[in-house]
Parts: sequence; C-alpha cells; structure tokens
Amino acid sequence: MKQAKSDSSLLFSSSEWSFELIRDCDHAIGEIAAEFGLDTYPNQIEVISSEQMMDAYAAVGMPIGYHHWSYGKQFLSTENSYRRGQMGLAYEIVINSNPCIAYLMEENNMTMQALVIAHACYGHNSFFKGNYLFKTWTDADSIIDYLVFAKNYISKCEERYGISEVESIIDSCHALMNYGVDRYKRPYPISAHDEELRQVERAEYLQKQVNDLWRTIPKSANGKAEKNTPRFPSEPQENILYFLEKNSPLLEPWQREVIRIVRKIAQYFYPQRQTQVMNEGWACFWHYTLLHEMYNRGLVGDGFMMEFLQSHTSVIAQPAYDSPYFSGINPYTLGFAMMMDIRRICESPTDEDREWFPDIAGSNWNETLHFAMRNFKDESFILQFLSPKVMRDLKLFSIVDDDQQDKIEISAIHDEGGFKRLRETLAGQYNLGNREPNIQIFNVNVRGDRALTLHHTMHNRKPLAESATEVLKHLHRLWGFDVHLHSMDGDEIKQSFHCPEQE
Amino acid sequence: MSYIIDRRLNAKHKSAVNRQRFLRRYREQIQKSVSDAVSNRSIKDIDKGGKVSIPTKDIGEPVIHHGNGGHNTRVLPGNKQFSTGDKVNRPESGAGGGGGKNASDSGEGEDDFSFTLSQEEFLDFMFDGLELPNLIKRQLSGVEEFKKVRGGIANEGQPGRINIVRSLRAANMRRIALTAGKRKRLLELEVQLNEIDRQEEASRDLLLREEIIDEMSKISQAIKRTPWLDTFDLKYNLQIKQPIPRSKAVMFCIMDVSGSMDQATKDIAKRFFILLYLFLQRNYEKTEIVFIRHHTSAKEVDEDEFFHSRETGGTVVSSSLKLMKSIIDDRYSPNEWNIYGAQASDGDNWGDDSASCKELMSDHLLPLCQYYSYIEITPHDHQALWRTYEEVHNDYPDKFSLQHIIGVEDIYPVFRELFHKKVA
Repeated sequence: MKQAKSDSSLLFSSSEWSFELIRDCDHAIGEIAAEFGLDTYPNQIEVISSEQMMDAYAAVGMPIGYHHWSYGKQFLSTENSYRRGQMGLAYEIVINSNPCIAYLMEENNMTMQALVIAHACYGHNSFFKGNYLFKTWTDADSIIDYLVFAKNYISKCEERYGISEVESIIDSCHALMNYGVDRYKRPYPISAHDEELRQVERAEYLQKQVNDLWRTIPKSANGKAEKNTPRFPSEPQENILYFLEKNSPLLEPWQREVIRIVRKIAQYFYPQRQTQVMNEGWACFWHYTLLHEMYNRGLVGDGFMMEFLQSHTSVIAQPAYDSPYFSGINPYTLGFAMMMDIRRICESPTDEDREWFPDIAGSNWNETLHFAMRNFKDESFILQFLSPKVMRDLKLFSIVDDDQQDKIEISAIHDEGGFKRLRETLAGQYNLGNREPNIQIFNVNVRGDRALTLHHTMHNRKPLAESATEVLKHLHRLWGFDVHLHSMDGDEIKQSFHCPEQE
Repeated sequence: MSYIIDRRLNAKHKSAVNRQRFLRRYREQIQKSVSDAVSNRSIKDIDKGGKVSIPTKDIGEPVIHHGNGGHNTRVLPGNKQFSTGDKVNRPESGAGGGGGKNASDSGEGEDDFSFTLSQEEFLDFMFDGLELPNLIKRQLSGVEEFKKVRGGIANEGQPGRINIVRSLRAANMRRIALTAGKRKRLLELEVQLNEIDRQEEASRDLLLREEIIDEMSKISQAIKRTPWLDTFDLKYNLQIKQPIPRSKAVMFCIMDVSGSMDQATKDIAKRFFILLYLFLQRNYEKTEIVFIRHHTSAKEVDEDEFFHSRETGGTVVSSSLKLMKSIIDDRYSPNEWNIYGAQASDGDNWGDDSASCKELMSDHLLPLCQYYSYIEITPHDHQALWRTYEEVHNDYPDKFSLQHIIGVEDIYPVFRELFHKKVA
C-alpha cells in the first residue's frame, strides 16, 4: 500500500543496474551524506568485471603495483578459490587516494551497488580524509603518482640488472616490510614529484655517506680505541629498512632505492593496519544510516531494504569462539556495534552510560562520532568508547593462556567486575606494538667483522616463531655480513638466531 | 562530486605478468607436480590443463611473528558458560587460545598450494627441455618458408623502405652532373668578365660586357632550376626472400597389439605414444608420424585406428620392422628425412623371430635412422627380444636406446629420459 504510493519517487525498482541509476543513486546518497556532514574526497567510481576484481585483489588493493611473484601467488590462490566457489569476491575495494577510487563489480545488482557506494564512497572515503593517522602518514594526492614512479623504477631496474636480481631484493624487503615504519616519529608525506627529482641526487649522496662510514682507518696500536669508539647506531633503531637503506655497506644505489620504495609503501598501509575496526565500523555505520535515510525519504522500497539488510547482517555476523566459522573478532561487527552504541549513548543514555561516559552521554551524536573518527586509532578508540552494553551484547570474555600454567584461566567476563579489564585487554589486542614482536637494531660492529646485532625485547615472555630464521636470511642478504638476533627478557638472552648459522 | 568510469573494457589480465613470475620462480616444483599429474590422469585428459599443487612450505613468505608460549591474553566473543576465575583445559589445536595467532602468516593451514594451469602452460611444463636427438639433416624442399634478408639498394620499392642517405646522395650526384657544363661555362664567362673589367674604362666593350652578364644570370638561373630531388633519385632498401632449409622428420610409432599384451600393458603403451604424439605435434609441427600396429602381421594405420582399434593376434615383431623398412624405401628417402622410430612391446615374440629383428635393425634400419627407442612394458623378466636389442644397443649406443617400464608411473620419467636435451 505504502509501496504503491511512493512508487513514483523510487530511484529504482528493478535489480538491474545501469550507469544512469548508479549516477542518480550516488547523487542521492551524496546529498544525504553532505547533510550529515561527511567530508569526502571526490569519488571516482569504476565499474569492473570479476576478473578485474581478482586482479585488484591480487595487487593487495594497490591500483598500480610493481611486478612480483608474490602478487602472482596471491592471484592464483584467489582465482582458484573463486573458481571453486569457496569464496565470494569482496563487494568492494576502495583506495585511499584523491580522488578516492572505488571499484564496483558488474555482477552485483543495484542494491549491492547502492550499498557499496554508501559504504566505500562515503564511509571509507570520509574516514581516509578525516582520520589523524591517515592525515599524518599518507598523502592521498600523490599516492597514485608514487606507485607509478615505483612501478617504472622497478621495471627499469629489471631491464638493467635482471629480473632475478631485483626479485631477490624485493623478497628480502617484503620479509621486513613490517619493520619499515617509524612508529614514534612523524613522517614527511611522500610526494612522487619530489621523489623523482631527488632520486639520482640522493643515490649518489647516500653512496658517499655509506662509504664514509666504512672507510678503513688504520687501527690504533692496541685495543684501547675499541672502548672509546661510540656505538653505532648510537640509539637502537626500530625502522630496520630505513637503517639498511642508509647504512648497509654493500648495496648498490638502485638497491637502496628499491628498499625505499617498499618502505614507503609499507608506510602507506601502516594506518590501515591500525584502524581496521574503526574504519570498517565507520563505513558500516554510514551505509546503514544513509540507506535508512533514503528509505525514510521514499527513495528506495521495501524490497531494497530487505535485500540490503540481509547482506548487511551477514557482513556484521560474529560467530562465537567455539563455532567452526570463528576466526577472531570480526572488525565489522565490533566497529559497527561500537559506532551504533555511541549514537545510542548520545541520544538515549541510560544510568550506566551516564556513569561510564559522562562527557558524551546526551551530546550531539554526529559530532561525537566525527570526533571519535578523527582522533583515534583502534587501540585508543576501544579503550575510550567500548561500553558495557557492547561487551554484554557480544558476550565478550578474556582468557589468560600462560605456558607456565596447566590450564587456561578465564580472567574476565562481561560482568560488573570484568568490564574495565576486558576493555583494556581488548584494546591491547589491537596495539601493533603488542601484536608484532618488538625488534630493534642494537649494534653494528663497525671496526670488526661488521656484524649486525638486533635485539628482540620480549613482551609477556612471548618467543619468536621459527620463521625468524628465514627472515634473518633475508636480512643477511641486505646487510651482506653476519646478522645476529637475540630475544631479550630484561637483560637476559633467551633465544638467539644467527645468519649464517652458528654451531 | 563523483566520476563514474566503465573499466570493464580495460585489459583483464593485469596479473598475467605476476602470474608468469610465479610460474617462473617455482618452475622446478611445478614440473614435478605436472609429472605426477601426467601419471595419474586418464588417457583422455592427459593434455588438458588443470590443477597442480606444490607444497606450501616452499612458497612461503616469511615474516617475523610471535611463536607459541609466554603469557597470552585474548578476548573472545560468545561466552556461554564461563565465569571469572574458571580454569579450562587447553584445546587440542590452537583454536581456543593458542596465543599470538597473527593474521600475517597467510600460508598457514593448508598443506599444498593449488592452482590451475592452462593447457598451453601445462604442455609447456610437460615437454620443457625435451628434443628429438640428432635432428641434423636439413634440406630445401618444395614448399618453403622464407626469411627476408637485406639485399642492397634498388631503384624501386615501397615508400616505407626509402633509404634517405642514398637518395640524397643520388640527388646530389645528379645535380652535379646536370649542371657541370653550365658551371664550366659560368666560370669561363666570369674570367672574360674579369678581363674586360681589367681593361681601361674607355676601351671596354660595353656591349660584350652586357651580353656576358646577361648570359651569366641566365645560366645561374638554369642551375637554380635544377630540381633538388627527383623521383629518379629515390633509392630503396631491397629485401630479398631466402628459402630456409628445414629439417624434415618422420616418426614411426610401432605398437605391439598381440594377444599377450593385456589391457593394462596396452594402456601403458598408448599413454606413451600419446605423450610422444603430443610432444611432436607441439614442438615439431611439421613432423610426419607413421603409425604401425602389429601382431603376426603389421599394418600401417591412421591415428584414430592406432589408438582405438581392438584387433589382436599372435606376435611377430619383425613384421613391423619390415613394414617400416618398406615405407622408408617408398616414401622417406634417408637423404632428405630425419627418421625416428619408437617401439613399444611387452617383449613377447615368436620363437626365433628375435634374431631376424636384430638383423633387420642393425643392418637395414639403424643406418637409416637418427634415433630409435624401444620400451618394454612388462612386470616380468625380460625375454629374447630385450636381450637381442641389448646387443643392438651395444653396437649403436648413440642411436638406439631401450627402456623398461613396469607401471603407469614410469611412463613420464622414461619418456623424459629418452628425449631429454643432451648438452653438446
């Protein structure tokens, strides 16, 4: 009945999409998004086929990537599981650039296209533009240019030095990619134009620097000098790739440039790894809110909403810990639940909320959400905004698995006494510093065998996995001399890895 | 503000290069997997592309992450029965609280990495590094392929082949030649003019002077009018066709279909010949193949009959060799053709026929052949034919080889052994 009345105002009623419909739909969503104050980069919506989606997938979401076998491997495995029907392709891929590129797959129906536009082109897009980590670490204006520069540079290297040679350097860099970021220092945004201009100059200059460091000065008569020589590096270095780029003794200038490229790309992805929950939660919140608003205005019908809600529900489903489908906490679920909950706290706070969140209870929900989006990352966002209600709804509990104990202990559950502890634990789980082993370059034996020593500072006595041996081989390739890695618990060495292996 | 772009018509295979890089890097592992696949497939599917698997541990990309152990805390959803302080046993595998389960190690969980090769790629891997040995006789035959070679300079040709330097040089030559007389005359006139000018002003022949100047300007103009470039000057790079000498080769496939060959043995023989057939079709497109089946008598058949006919009988191996000899005499002159033979049998032969096989082989066939391979398919001891052929092998170690196949899994390795590229 209501359907019949509003039929004329519906944007579309069939499930087939067309470019006109996508344009109208994007326009309508864009208007509503602007009313809600979402600030976005311009959108570049690209319609692609499923094969192209697989390509985009394989390139880990970079629109242009240099050639490397690992992307081929990624592609083959995506292709294989897609063909066998094990996996549906993602609905969307969105790229943090200006204009913001979002891919729509041609196989999707109009409802899905509308969902993706709301989710990616207005949700993720505004997050990329507003969040402080993205603002600090990435430069949306220049990333595409930089990727083009990187791709061309690496193909040029391949022509000159051979595919295998370049490939092995990239392999080694990829193994250390997570250690190519300054965690505590603010970076300069990368700019492709400057890169190209300064690249040659830098290469020469760097080579000179390195040579200077390794200049062979005649040894002083006795070992006394050893004591006086300052340690190099004077402070431990967390950015291993950066250190290698600047100081590795045997690398050619082009090899340093390749390290730099991998490092810069690692930096580009760094914010994404720290804001998964927030980013997805934000995007889900907004596609949910925007599409509901469209429904309220009679732009879409009941059929659309049913279909949309079905996809939405499956995206934010969270299997329980003992379900066969369980694979960790679903960032979509957690993020969406928290964002919705913040709105609830602002609009209709309970006594509990007033006690837990005195400063946001009853405030303007849109402003509060924007504030959260701009100024937090996953860890701090959870620590700040995870409410008892969400913990109760998700039935969260925390466990302690200590290898010195026989059994696993349930340390907190979703009750009055457990909320705070649960929240801290969960926030810690999203702290990259806890998740990834803390490894720093400690010393270089400058006057001796040039061996490189790294220290792993153990966190909660967690050891390194065996794969460290393999990674050390890559490090050895880049450094060119012996490499040692010690796991330190306090001042005590618990575990040591060496390359080449020592007896 | 949004831009909507239709990218569906853009190139699809953006990942093709990366895919090739992967195949290139893991060539060895893939080859091994392909060779396993060849043995396990049914005859029909042997040349299809398909899924191959290589061990995941070989293709891992290592990253540093936490191992098991230490003090781990973890938050999980969906609590049903626990309260704070409960102690539970560790679950069998890491599912419940294995700790430090980083999402980064993507290779974990599966033993093998499987992916699909196209038919083309599959055959590439299958026949990589194989060749027909001693392919040396090269002949100019009637229907030829040509290659184009530079053949100097011609006066005619397509505009695209103009040789600019030669053309301009020719133009220069023509201009010099055409104007030589005029310039000589001009020089003379100049001398005359100078002479007149040297005389005293009063005695000058002004009329003559006027005439000379007039003629000089006419000649200068005539010189100027000579065309800078004429069609006559144009020179073209000439290309001539040269016939390419090609090696002509013929392969004789001889299969024993006697009653002693049971179904399994025939199946193995057929598999072997299918491999051979695919190999020749793929890598030596112009090679001719002659199919011979024999029991007590031999018969030349076409491909279809060779692989599918069910006719059978007793065994006289020499009948096939005689047939091969007569076909060579009829159609394949050893002067022009590289002749190959491949024979498969279970080694069972009629009485003293093996002796005549040896004679035929050593005296008549091998002198004509480039290479002859014999495979014996039998789980039992060798019989007279094998021993006879061993003697042949000793006489002609380069040209004659024999291999023993027991089961399906031997076929591909033996095939590689027979035809692997010998490093010169």
